Parts: sequence; C-alpha cells; structure tokens
Amino acid sequence: MVVNYNINLLAEAKASYTDGGIFAEFAWIIVVLPFLAALLITFFGKNLPLKGAEIALGSVFFIFLYSCILFYLNITKGVASEFFVNVGSIGSFQIEFGWVVDGLSIMMYFVVGTVSLLVFIYAINYMEGEIRYTFFFTSLTLFAGSMLVLVSAPTLLQLLIGWELVGVCSYLLIGHYWEEKENSSAAMKAFITNKVADVGLMIGIIILALTTGTLRISEILYQATHDYEAIKSVAYIAGILIFIGAMGKSAQFPLHVWLPDAMAGPTPVSALMHAATMVTAGVYLLGRLFPFYQGIAHEALDVVLIFGVITLFSAGLIAIVQDDLKKVLAYSTVSQLGYMVTAMGSGAYTAGLFHLWTHAFFKALLFLGAGSVIHAVHTNNMSEMGGLRKEMPRTFMTFIIGTVALAGLPPLAGFFSKDEILASLNHEGHNFFFIIAVAGAFITAFYMTRAVLLTFYGEYRGHGHPHESDSMMTTPLMVLAFFAAVAGWVNIPGIYTGFTKWVTTRKNGIIEHHPESFDYFALFSGLFAGLAGIGLAYYIYQVISNPENGDEKIKFQPVWRVLENKYYLDDFYFKYIVDPIKITFAKSVDKFNTEILDRFINNFGNVASFLGRIVYDKLDQGGIDKALNLTSTGTDTLGSKVKLIQTGKTQQYIMYFLTGVIVISVLVLLVL
Amino acid sequence: MSAQPFLIAAAALFSMGIYGILVRRNAVMVLLSIELILNAVNINFVVFNQMLSDVLLNGQIFAIFVITIAAAEVGIGLAIVLMLFRNRQTANINEFDLMKW
Amino acid sequence: MEAIDIFSYFLLLGLLLAGARVVTTSNVIHAAVALVFTLTITAVIFLLLAAEFVGLVIVMVYIGAVIVLFLFGIMITRAPLGENAELDNDKNKTIALLISFSIFGIFSYILLNTFDRQINITEGTSTEILGQILLSRFVYPFEIVSFVLLAALIGGITIARKDNALVDEDQV
Repeated sequence: MVVNYNINLLAEAKASYTDGGIFAEFAWIIVVLPFLAALLITFFGKNLPLKGAEIALGSVFFIFLYSCILFYLNITKGVASEFFVNVGSIGSFQIEFGWVVDGLSIMMYFVVGTVSLLVFIYAINYMEGEIRYTFFFTSLTLFAGSMLVLVSAPTLLQLLIGWELVGVCSYLLIGHYWEEKENSSAAMKAFITNKVADVGLMIGIIILALTTGTLRISEILYQATHDYEAIKSVAYIAGILIFIGAMGKSAQFPLHVWLPDAMAGPTPVSALMHAATMVTAGVYLLGRLFPFYQGIAHEALDVVLIFGVITLFSAGLIAIVQDDLKKVLAYSTVSQLGYMVTAMGSGAYTAGLFHLWTHAFFKALLFLGAGSVIHAVHTNNMSEMGGLRKEMPRTFMTFIIGTVALAGLPPLAGFFSKDEILASLNHEGHNFFFIIAVAGAFITAFYMTRAVLLTFYGEYRGHGHPHESDSMMTTPLMVLAFFAAVAGWVNIPGIYTGFTKWVTTRKNGIIEHHPESFDYFALFSGLFAGLAGIGLAYYIYQVISNPENGDEKIKFQPVWRVLENKYYLDDFYFKYIVDPIKITFAKSVDKFNTEILDRFINNFGNVASFLGRIVYDKLDQGGIDKALNLTSTGTDTLGSKVKLIQTGKTQQYIMYFLTGVIVISVLVLLVL
Repeated sequence: MSAQPFLIAAAALFSMGIYGILVRRNAVMVLLSIELILNAVNINFVVFNQMLSDVLLNGQIFAIFVITIAAAEVGIGLAIVLMLFRNRQTANINEFDLMKW
Repeated sequence: MEAIDIFSYFLLLGLLLAGARVVTTSNVIHAAVALVFTLTITAVIFLLLAAEFVGLVIVMVYIGAVIVLFLFGIMITRAPLGENAELDNDKNKTIALLISFSIFGIFSYILLNTFDRQINITEGTSTEILGQILLSRFVYPFEIVSFVLLAALIGGITIARKDNALVDEDQV
C-alpha cells in the first residue's frame, strides 16, 4: 500500500512535456501500417520472393524507426499528447478512437518495435519451409498492429478492442500447427482463459464508463485524481475487476494455465508474444490506469500484490521440474510477470515498467536462443539435449547472457530491475512479501542454471547432428544480448534515472517513491539469492552429479509430483468447469436443438407434405379427376345404354310412338 | 238408330289394326292391318256425316278420298316390299333393322 | 229398338269378328280373306247408312283392286302359305295388347262422352249431288288426288322395275 499517498499531490504531479509535434500527430501511421501490411501479405505475399516476409519486415522496420524517433523525442523533450477521432455516439457516450503519444506508450512502442523487428528477422530463417509460411507472417503482422492498437489506446473502448484483437492473433499463432489436436487445444485454452478474464475487464470498464460518463482514459484518470464522488464509490470493485482482466492476459495465478500450453506455437511466436509483448499488456493496463489505482482504488492494490506474489513463487517452483526447455522459459515468464504485478501492487510504477522493459529483451533472447537449440536438435526436451556449447557457441554465449540477466546479476539488465522491485517492497514494509520475492529470485537462478546445464553441458543425449544456426538467426540473438546487457543502465538509482522520467511523462501524474540511491539491503539480498541459486544448481548438476541424473538428487516426493502436475490446477479446471459444461450443458443444448427445435421445424415440413399428399390423392385424383372422368364415362355409359333404343325394328318405333300418344291423350283428357 | 255402336265398333277396328301393325311379322300383313285402320276411319267419317245430316256430304267425300289414297299407298307399299324381298329374299320385317345403332 | 238396330248390331259383330280374324290368324290367305269380309260388311254398313256411293266405291276399289294387289303381293313375296306359327312377333304381343286396349279405351271414352246422337236417315245420298260437290267444292283435292294416283302409279313402276344388273331368273 502506498503509505504516503496524498490526493492533492497526485493532482499536481506532472512531469514536464511537450506535445510531440508532427511526429506525435502522425503516430497513427505505426498503428495502421501493420494492418495494411497484413492485407498486402494476404493478397500478394505468396508471389513474392520471400513469400510475404519482406512486407512484414518492412512494416516492422518502419515501426522500429518511428518508435526510435519518438523515443528520442521523449528522452530529449518529453512528449505527452493524445489525439482523438470521433466516429459516432451511443446515447451519451462518444465513440472515439485515436492514439496516445506519451512516455508510457512510447516505451511500449519501442519495445514492440525492437523485439518485433528482431523476431521477424529470426522467423524468416526459423520458419523456412514450414507450412503456411505466408499466413504466419500475416498473423504476426496483425499481432504487431493489434498490440500497437492496445498500447496507443486513449479510450477504454479502443483498449478493449486491441485487447481482444491481441487475443485473436494469439489464438491464430499458437494454433499455427493446428493439425495436431494438442496445438489447437492449446490455442483454444489460451483464448478461453483470456476470455474468462476479459469478463472482469469488461464489467470493470462498463462500471468506470457509467460512473464517469466518458470512455476517455485521461478524463477518467482526471476524475479519479480529483476525487469525484461517482467514481470514488465504485473504485475498489472496478479496480479488482480490471485487475482480473490483467490476470488473464498477464498469466497470474490461477489464470496462468494457458501460457505453458501456448508453447505449442512456433518459437518466434513464443518469443514475441509470450515474452515481450502480449503478456505485458496486463502490466501495461495497470500502468496506464495507475493514477486510478494509486489514488481512490489503492485498496485494490492489496489484491494485486497478493496475486503477484503467489504467481512469482508458485510458477518458479514448477519451472524446476520441467523437462521441456520452452516450458521452463514459459513458467519463468509467468514468474517474472508475477514480479511486475508485485511491483505495481506495491505502488512501484516505475519498477514494474522497468522490469517489463528489461524482461522483454532478455526473455525474448532466451526464447530465440531456445528456438535456435530446438531448431538444431529437433526436440524440445532437455533430456535429449546436452553438450551443445561446443556445437553452438554463439547460441550458447547469448543464452548465458540471457540467463545471467534473468538471474539478476550485475551489470546485466535484470539486476537493476529486480533490485528496484525488491527495494520498493522493502521500502513499503511488506516484509513477508519481500522474503518471498527474494526466495523467488533464488528459485529463478536455480532453474535457469539447471536449464543451461542440461542443455549445453554434459554429453549429447540426442540422436541428431546439431550445428550452429544461420546468421539470420544468431544476429538477432546477439542484438538482443546487447540489449539484455545495457537495458538496465537507463535507471540506476542515484546515478541516472532517465527511465523513470520517461515513463512518468504523461498527462496524469504518478506519485511514487523515487529512491535516491541503491537500497543496499534489497540489493545484497537479491544478489545473494541469485548467486546462491546458480551455485546450488551448478553444485547439484555438475559437481555431485551430471546433467543427466541431477534431477534424482532433488526429486523429493510428493512435492516433485505435485509440481509436475502443476498443483493439479489443470485437472481441477477440467473436472469442475470444462467437463460439466461440455458434457451436461453442451450435450443438453445439442439435444434440445436436434430433437425439439429441429423436430419442430421438420414437423412443418412433414405436415406440409402430408397435407399435400392428401390434397393430391383425395381431392385432386379422387375428387376432381374422378368427377371429370365420371362425366365422360358416365356420358359414355349412358349413351351406350340409350343407343339400344334404336333397334332398327319399325314395330318397336311404332310402339314407342303410340305409347306417347296414349300418355298425352290421357293427360289431355284428365286436364280437360 | 244410335250412332254409338258404329263409333265404338270403328274404334275397336282401329285398335285391332294397331294391334296388327305391332304384332305381325310379315310386311304384307302389316300393310293389311293398315288397311283395317283406314277402313275404321272411313266408317267414322260416314257415320259422322249421317249423324250430322251434313248437306255438303263432307264425310262421304272425305271417305272417298281416303279410299283413293289408301289404294295409292298400298300400291307403293307393295312395290317397296317387292324390292325388299328381291334384295333380302325375305319379307320378315325383323330382318330389316339396318337403321339400328 | 227397331229391327234395323238389331241388324246393325249383327253387322257390327260380324265386322269385329272379321277384323279380329285379320290380325290374329296365322294363315296369310285367311287374313286377306278376312279383310275382304271386313270390307264387305263395311260396304253393307254404308248402304245401311244411306251412303251408297261410298259403299260401292269400297266394293269396287278396295275389294276389287286393293285386295287383289295384296294377294299378288303375298304371292310374289313367297309368304309362307298355310298355317304358319311364325307369323306373329311374340315379343310384342303383350305391349301391343296393352297399347291397343288403351287406344280403344281412349277412343271409346271420347266418343261416348261426346257423341250421343241419333242417326236419322230420310233418304239416300244423291250421287248427282255428290258429284257436283266433289267437282265444285272439292275440285282442288280431287285434282291433287289424281296427281297422287299418277305419282303412285309411276312410283310403283319405278320402284319395282327389274334392274338388269340384279336380275334373278326366278323373279318376275
């Protein structure tokens, strides 16, 4: 909880900024361009020499350049402006789209642009020869565009649209190899889990919109920071609900279950989406609405904090028992997202975003490195790897750099961001959470070292012929390694805190504690935890055992089994949520549909055909036709009977004649 | 004398003639029956003439005409019967039923 | 009841019997002869009724010519002579009886209801007056009847003329 929050301070806090000039005004290009590129790839991609990848690459490169320009502007002058385009209104709500150009958004643009560019270059080589190559790049470009829509959203509506678009692109990309059932199931799981969380987000947005009367984020934050009565009454519940939405996207416990399964997608997808961009959308949301959380909804931050801490610890533990390299990295991502959310929950706006920044680089690096390894040995399982540092030196070097950065050792990036989180936890007095976070750092270092040792050390346990990857794949690795190294130097407390200034350059000010120097207690705790983790792992897997058998030493049942089964959370979900719906509800709806609705409609058809048959048989054939036939046959029969009068015998004719005469004369006699 | 017996007798002859036309099979016999009818009519005419004491003798003159016509008719009739007999070798009127359906 | 009435009754009885014989006998010649009797008695009745000329005309024309013609016709058409049971159409008998009795009934009813006069004969019919009336008042019918006779004559000859193509050697 932010101890010293003062609502008046919040209202006055503002960093100095300009309006960004012409570059901010045309920043909508980087949002629209990916969609245009996706369209072009769809129609023309297959015929191009690189099968559409060049269009994708070109668009992302442009985004990268533009974001660099905006970044430079923010660094030098500070930019905070937003632009709106009104497309209509519903009742009293104005439907507006637009783009925000302020410190937070520019930071996100830069991250998205840089990582996307490097991942795209990597993917051109990695996905070569794979099925649906062109569509892959279409989806990736669409994803880049959707992410930009999300982070540039000035209204909650656009944010929600971007949110959902990113979810759809995630579904498409995770399920890229949908011919395998488990891949399409993983995509479905990701989408549905996100959708469950989105319910909270939507309800939260609706509450906020109804109480403030507007969808514009800046106006909502203004009302929040100026203590308007309406928004104050719903702040807590809205805060919780919006956080639930963030939980889904940013894989907080218990809605994290989709992220490990999402590793079924191609590795560039994992690197881009599930390391750097999509999963950070939840953290970004918390950051964007931070004045709201910091002020009137600060009770909600307690909930945020608790979930963050649970996530970072529990996911870290699961990562220890994994055999699949990508799953280790996935759980690591969940754990690091827990760190970011913890930071936000303890009121450290800059720390959370700083960790987002650094994590994007070194996690993308780790994923791409893992992809390089997997591409070489054709398997994800570490039990079939080993001794690869000789065959793949560059991958090995960059992977080491990423690991050290993640473990949090100076002077690499993770050290600075993790230290800031620990410092803010310490400063706010959350001692219990501090201990857990430190333990988390220890666990992080442990499982990452284990992964490195199992993959790159020991003897090769597989059946293939691994060799170093193409330069098109290793160059992005090296660029990311560079970033993983230097990205932390933009926010060194006491020396240079540029990052803090950059991300707080926004229309609604942020109040937080800015440390003047390192918090040495936190610093050394984290450092010690990291070193201890590395040391212990090295000890277990290299000294007293080898990478192949090292797991035996630490397989403490039943803890190991619980971790392997992911705390039985997936089983719980399937048994109590998915199966009841699938088996009972869905089946009964299907039965209702087939037997009642369809039968009802069919009955119309049956009745109509039955009536038709009756009309045909009875009325038409039996009635009308019979009547007509009767006329003709009756006449015929009558005629054939009557003609017998003409016998040709004269005497009979005379008899008829005389009979007539007698009758007439009798009649005449009687009358007269 | 009363006229009625004569009239009744004429009527009886008339009906006997009708019977003969309807019953007789030979064509000549039919003609014979026709003569009977004509004769009955003649009796009626003459009786009416005398009953009414007609000065202009209409009844008797008409009776003469009837006789004359009867004679002519018999001549033609028998000629026709002759021709029929020549063609069909029979005078049985049941054989002459070509005018049937 | 005078003697003449009784005489006329006898005559009428004979007339009826003869007439009955005409239509019921199965002998063709007997039928023709019965017709002769009928005509004779008719002539007698005419004489009785003081219509002498008509009676004599009947005797001359009817009996003298028409019956002879009939006999010739009977002979030429090879009518089976003698008793012949096949002369009547037995099928028609019942209806014919019905019809004839009905006609008789109707006629007698009419005649009995309408005419109930006496015949007063004072003198015979003057043939001279008959001739005068015939050729003055009835001259048109007289001439036309003569034409009819002429037509009948020619027609009879034409109809019964032997056609050379159809000649049958046994025929006349």
